[in-house]
Amino acid sequence: MAVAKEDAAQKAGLDAEALRTMFRHMVRARVLDERMWVLNRQGRAPFVISCQGHEAAQVGIAMALRPGYDWAAPYYRDLAVTLVLGMTPRDHLLATMARADDPNSGSRQMPSHFGCRRLNIITGGSPVATQVLHAAGAALAAKVRGEDAVAFTSLGEGSTSEGDFHEGLNFAAVHHLPLITVVENNGFAISVPWDKQMPLKDVAERARAYGMPGVIVDGGDPIACYAAMKEAVERGRRGEGPTLIEAKVARLTPHSSDDDDRVYKTREALAEEKKHDCVLRFRQTLEEAGVLQPGDAEEVRAEVMREVDKALQEAEAAPLPSPESALLHVYGE
Amino acid sequence: MAVKTYIEAIREGMRDEMRRDERVIVMGEDVGVKGGVFKATEGLHTEFGEMRVIDTPLAESAIVGVAIGAAINGMRPIAEIQFQDFIMPAVDQIISEAAKIRYRSNNDFNVPMVVRAPFGGGVHGALYHSQSIEAIFCGVPGLKVVVPSTPHDAKGLLRAAIRDPDPVLYFEHKRAYRLIKGEVPDGDYVEEIGRARVLREGEDIAIFSYGLMSHFCVDAAERLAADGFSCEVVDLRTLRPLDREQITATARKCGKVLVVQEANLAVSVASEVAAIVAEECFEYLDAPVMRLGGPEIPGVPFSPPLEEFYMLTPAKIETRLRELAAY
Amino acid sequence: MAVTVTMPQLGESVTEGTITQWLKQPGDPVERYESIAEVTTDKVNAEIPSPVAGVMGEHLAVEGTVVPVGGEICRIEGAAEEPAAAEEARPAEAVGAGTRQEVPAAGGAGATAATPANPAAVASAPAPQGAPAAPGLHLTPAVRMLAREHAVDLTRLSGSGINGRITKKDVLEYVQRRDSGEAAPPPGGVAARRAEATAQAAAPAPPQAPRPVPAAAPQAAGDTLLPLTPMRRAIAEHMSRSVLTSPHAWTMVEVDMTRVARVRARQREDFRRHHGADLTFLPFVAKAVVAALRQNPSLNATWTDEGVVLRNDVNLGLAVALEDGLVVPVIRGADRLSMAGLALAAADLTERARNGRLRIEDVEGGTFTLNNAGALGTVMSQAIINQPQAAILVMDAIVKRPVVVDDDAIAVRSMMNLCISFDHRVNDGLAAARFLRSVKDTLESIDDSAALW
Repeated sequence: MAVAKEDAAQKAGLDAEALRTMFRHMVRARVLDERMWVLNRQGRAPFVISCQGHEAAQVGIAMALRPGYDWAAPYYRDLAVTLVLGMTPRDHLLATMARADDPNSGSRQMPSHFGCRRLNIITGGSPVATQVLHAAGAALAAKVRGEDAVAFTSLGEGSTSEGDFHEGLNFAAVHHLPLITVVENNGFAISVPWDKQMPLKDVAERARAYGMPGVIVDGGDPIACYAAMKEAVERGRRGEGPTLIEAKVARLTPHSSDDDDRVYKTREALAEEKKHDCVLRFRQTLEEAGVLQPGDAEEVRAEVMREVDKALQEAEAAPLPSPESALLHVYGE
Repeated sequence: MAVKTYIEAIREGMRDEMRRDERVIVMGEDVGVKGGVFKATEGLHTEFGEMRVIDTPLAESAIVGVAIGAAINGMRPIAEIQFQDFIMPAVDQIISEAAKIRYRSNNDFNVPMVVRAPFGGGVHGALYHSQSIEAIFCGVPGLKVVVPSTPHDAKGLLRAAIRDPDPVLYFEHKRAYRLIKGEVPDGDYVEEIGRARVLREGEDIAIFSYGLMSHFCVDAAERLAADGFSCEVVDLRTLRPLDREQITATARKCGKVLVVQEANLAVSVASEVAAIVAEECFEYLDAPVMRLGGPEIPGVPFSPPLEEFYMLTPAKIETRLRELAAY
Repeated sequence: MAVTVTMPQLGESVTEGTITQWLKQPGDPVERYESIAEVTTDKVNAEIPSPVAGVMGEHLAVEGTVVPVGGEICRIEGAAEEPAAAEEARPAEAVGAGTRQEVPAAGGAGATAATPANPAAVASAPAPQGAPAAPGLHLTPAVRMLAREHAVDLTRLSGSGINGRITKKDVLEYVQRRDSGEAAPPPGGVAARRAEATAQAAAPAPPQAPRPVPAAAPQAAGDTLLPLTPMRRAIAEHMSRSVLTSPHAWTMVEVDMTRVARVRARQREDFRRHHGADLTFLPFVAKAVVAALRQNPSLNATWTDEGVVLRNDVNLGLAVALEDGLVVPVIRGADRLSMAGLALAAADLTERARNGRLRIEDVEGGTFTLNNAGALGTVMSQAIINQPQAAILVMDAIVKRPVVVDDDAIAVRSMMNLCISFDHRVNDGLAAARFLRSVKDTLESIDDSAALW
């Protein structure tokens, strides 16, 4: 198995350093995410919506993009994606603590409504699936200007029921846009299971009907996700049009800090998912392949912890927005 | 100065801006090869090609949503919705997204997009090709809404809208397309968004209106002039933001106010203008602030007597003006 | 605890009233709602009810003087503390004997929202928004502001707006005239304003010709100055305006009332027994007039710039002479009444007019006026049209006279002259003559057995 994994990594062009970076990204996302939950349960952060269980897919996919060059229209669960593209734990904790310097929105939006122009991460709102059209538009603009930038967008399988998802895929395919749509399928839209959401088990099956390739990947395997994304990105850059990638993942937490999943998910099912926790899995894989030495994983975690601690300190010391600032930026000057 | 029709002025506005700024693109149903169902974009596809004049699928949410994405990535898109009646599927993208993007990103992003759509009745279009629903958008902070009434303003306001860094809804009265002609200057000019225009000066009655109705109001005012009543007719031109300065100045000067619109009155542009006058000009009022608009029915019906029942005319406006004059 | 009573507003555009008689003298006990004074205005007479129980205190206004609305007229002592005194005043006004505050319909150019001409127009028409709850003038903010700025006493102005509302333009014009020393023109509505505009346009050099100049008349020793009562002022204004508005033409016919006299004599006793009222000549003429109006609708009409409005209803005004003036109460829907109905309505209105108990709706909405001047003995009269009507008919005295009958015989007949003044804009002589002919024929051919009810 270790050999197969090495081959896969090699094939994808990931050397040991890249794999360690990949691992670090996943751990950072996990630690930050756990910290946000702690803050919420302490009553210091009113809202958390997390990516635990999605880290492998998100990190693998985001590492195939060129930050600040390609365009990203992520959804609320894509914490790990944003960290890979260049946002920091401090950035996100400023949002969690509703501080004025939050780069996403100056804390005008709830946390996890990501946005950063510098990194070409398109600001997202709360209505789901609207971002698919925005990403298509960004792809269109790149194409009109003759650039080889691609646009990435992501959403949960529940959001694929929205009209904008279908309109976006259709538009992108008709106009051969370099749009890569990633569906992070964790089987639940809050409490609604996939089989009440759609008549198909695999969202990727729809891709053919929309005139584009549909790829299913193990969302717990970051290398596989990276490889699939890399290929889709290269297709896009070559002008061969859009791709739909479906990553099968597990949602290890309730939908958000306002959700209690005990009503609709058995503890046994959750325990089973946790057994296959992608961060653990990847650690094992890397340790087996010798990419991670004994003690490396703990060290990474300790470093990331310190990073998050420091970020939290800074976020807590940062000022809240002034009340009158609510009136600013309705229109430009 | 050349005399052009209202639709010619709109077409030229797009063309001239596309020549001036290569970031400007047009997208919508039938806008490319066909040149638009009203011919508003005729000739643009030939001149600028299919990369800049895009025939989109029949999907209004996509037309606006993709335009938003393109605007975010450096373009200046003009999204055309074929009839204002069909803008509903795009309302989420317009109100939830476009209107809020600058605000929600704390000024990190903005959406320099124009959404154009023809509106208004009197063309036997019935319920779904005659609506006048601009009021839906006029209460949304983050949007701008303009309605030109003359070819001069049509071109000037469109150019201003395209250059505006925020989303502008640009509504064209479809009956005015070929009915209204006027002088249009050559060369580069813009009309300022947020400024009304006084079409006719007067001092007895203030009339506020927009779109095709502005012309009907001038007509009605002329009839009253014969009897010694002078009306000041103000074309609002921008429905959001309203030109409060002009509204209050004219209302104070005259003391009697009539607000005229084609749309039904409940929760409308006329309601907002009347509220502004009542709030800021109370001491100057010599009569209650009156509004005149369409009836409270869901649309303009097809059969001619029904359509005529709905639509305002200079004569109907004149009757209401006379009542106000006698008060 | 003394309560001060003020002059209430008795009618939409009324600005003042005159106390004609105190009903309670200082020291008299007063019950709540009991009448304490009689008041007259140019519209109606009324009695003011007391807002509280107590004892009449000081009279603050003298009988015969004019008090503006809101002005103090008396105090009532020993009144129980009324926490809601202000609210009491409101129902007290409404309860005023014989006085009712009816919201007048916006008149003239049809200001209701859903008229056939303007069905799609939604939103209410600009009608005056009801009588104010508390005494006060119906003044818009613009009018108040201008009055303040230019120190205008608004009680001196008449209004050209709906129901005599003082408009912003009225104030501005008043100020302009006052400041330039000009004479006051008669207040008019749209018609007058247009007449003004066209007169100004047509003859810029000579000032508008027919303007009554309220010059101070020189008084010789021994002359007496009679102060103008509200009614006198109102009559003067109305008559002047009427003459200036309508070009009056006049014509008459002689009517042989002999048959009518016979019918009356025969039916009088029965009528009195049946209805408790006297049967005069008036209802006979009124019935004939009303029938003739149905046949000649252009006499039951109003001139407007858009056209001659033919009134659907026949609301017959009856001129009633009073000691110091006249009033014209109206029989509404006169064409729907029998002769008996007309007789009773006329009797009732006349009696109430003489006793000052007419209500506002009794004097509004007339479409044609009949003047029974003959009761006073005159044989030929030239009346002035009651605006905005198109004509006024006078029935002069019935006099026994020798007339030629059957081509060559002479008989003594009861002859009455019917004299009509008509607005020549609306009707020509032919129409007027036809109308008179119709009345004459009806009266002269009355059936002995005509049912009166």
